[in-house]
Amino acid sequence: MAPVVNLAFLELRALHKHYGGREVLRGVDFVVAVGECFALVGPNGAGKSTTVRAIQGLTPTDGGEIRIGGRVLAEMGRAARADMGVVPQTDNLDPDFTVQENLWTYGRYFGLPKALIRQRSAELLEFMALSGYAAQPIHSLSGGMQRRLTIARALINAPKLLLLDEPTTGLDPQARHLIWQRLRELRRQGTTLLLTTHYMDEAERLADRVGIIDHGQILAEDSPRGLIATHIPGGVVELRRMDGALPDPQDLHRQWVSASERVGDTLICYGADLSPLLTHFAEDPAYRWLQRPASLEDVFLHLTGRDLREESE
Amino acid sequence: MPMGEALPGPGALAVLQRNFGVWRKLLVPSMLGNFGDPLLYLLALGYGLGHFIGRMDGMPYITFIASGIVASSVMNTASFEGLYSAFARMSAQRTYAAMLATPLRVSDILAGEVLWCAVKGLISAVAIIIVASFFGAIQGPWVFLALPVILLAGLSFGGLALVMTALARSYDFFMYYFTLAVTPMFLFCGVFYPLHSLPPFAQQLAQVLPLTHAVALLRPLLTGHLPHEVLYHAGVLLLYTLVAYGFAWRLLSRRLLR
Repeated sequence: MAPVVNLAFLELRALHKHYGGREVLRGVDFVVAVGECFALVGPNGAGKSTTVRAIQGLTPTDGGEIRIGGRVLAEMGRAARADMGVVPQTDNLDPDFTVQENLWTYGRYFGLPKALIRQRSAELLEFMALSGYAAQPIHSLSGGMQRRLTIARALINAPKLLLLDEPTTGLDPQARHLIWQRLRELRRQGTTLLLTTHYMDEAERLADRVGIIDHGQILAEDSPRGLIATHIPGGVVELRRMDGALPDPQDLHRQWVSASERVGDTLICYGADLSPLLTHFAEDPAYRWLQRPASLEDVFLHLTGRDLREESE
Repeated sequence: MPMGEALPGPGALAVLQRNFGVWRKLLVPSMLGNFGDPLLYLLALGYGLGHFIGRMDGMPYITFIASGIVASSVMNTASFEGLYSAFARMSAQRTYAAMLATPLRVSDILAGEVLWCAVKGLISAVAIIIVASFFGAIQGPWVFLALPVILLAGLSFGGLALVMTALARSYDFFMYYFTLAVTPMFLFCGVFYPLHSLPPFAQQLAQVLPLTHAVALLRPLLTGHLPHEVLYHAGVLLLYTLVAYGFAWRLLSRRLLR
């Protein structure tokens, strides 16, 4: 029998999980190929973090199966984590240690030999632009530097799979861009990346494919461009009135658009050719308008709705 | 969960090493506490109170109290480490979460923590033994045999403390344990006066408490005698260690792997 080449590195099949009566995962299904970057985007409480914990084998699931490199996770035990790197949502660096000591200690948790930890930590500090800070205590680092150290720490075991749970939440644009560059570099080197985020621009910039998750299910899954093309064909125009009143109360826009929605003081119009709409409203000094290409955020809001989600995870 | 998961592996030593590394950074204040506190106790109780008491159980009071302070210090140090410090690592610092993202398991973390409680108890005990020897309050050829007993007592107190930590929602919870367990043991397990001066029912009650057995082994060893009923006393401490470890493992697993 010819060997079957299985490019799927991480497979999640019909994953179920409930806490008490609350179902957090209701049949999560997706596959991440070797060397791919997959982004799981969803509102708060959608099941992103639970999914990441399940992949680490830290959450007993109530149904379904996870496979890593073709092997069933449940049968791998802790060995699965030997080839994984995890960047958690909340930094948990050791506050009593220096930068170097953090890497050192973490390498020991993996049972790595000392010489290897020494070599890798020097390379990783260089890679994450932290070379000059090896002897610094953690509290002297900025938020962005701590985040970079957390990523360096997650790479100490040279993982095949890197899990990133909201890696750039709360960081300034400079810090985010540096982290994105490094993650793309890792992907080029062949590391498989799974990241969760609720920043659409992050998913658009990093991910080969995006899975939109809500209420414990994957609603849509494709490349960022594919998702936009499928769900929001064409462009977007946002209309607002200067005085805050309802824009276009007579619904004149309907004749020129393929879809539209009202969100507070804004009328959002979708369509392949919105120039007649613009010709009409751009002349009117009472209106402010913004024309832009459709983005992943439009797809996201279209699929998950505009209700506010309060923190619940 | 398979029971094999409850048995710790070499990862426990990496956890122990991590805690030791942090302790080393705070060496000076830590050692000051280790040497300073027992010195004050020995002076106040051994000399102050001892002046009025004279001899107790056939030895000068300062000699009697020194071994008691060694035993109670193991309890206090191991308990404090297993309660407040371990809880800080689990909740505020999220150190356990960071460890669980590696091949370490709950049993490795727990065993590393319990071992560290015992090592810290040993450090404080050795500090007191050194201080007390200058007063001539620790003597005899069996002092080195006290070291394994101190470690075993530290394991049992550390294990019990980690059961509490696995149950705790906040630091306030630990006050129950101190008031209901640590303080009664400190006062009624033979640290300050011999157990036989208590009424019979209280003596029997004291047999249930681990500190009684630590004192019963350590007092003779630190004053030049060999203890009686070694297997019984060591057996109780070992039983406490194993049962506490088992409970703590179940509770921590339920808490961390959900």
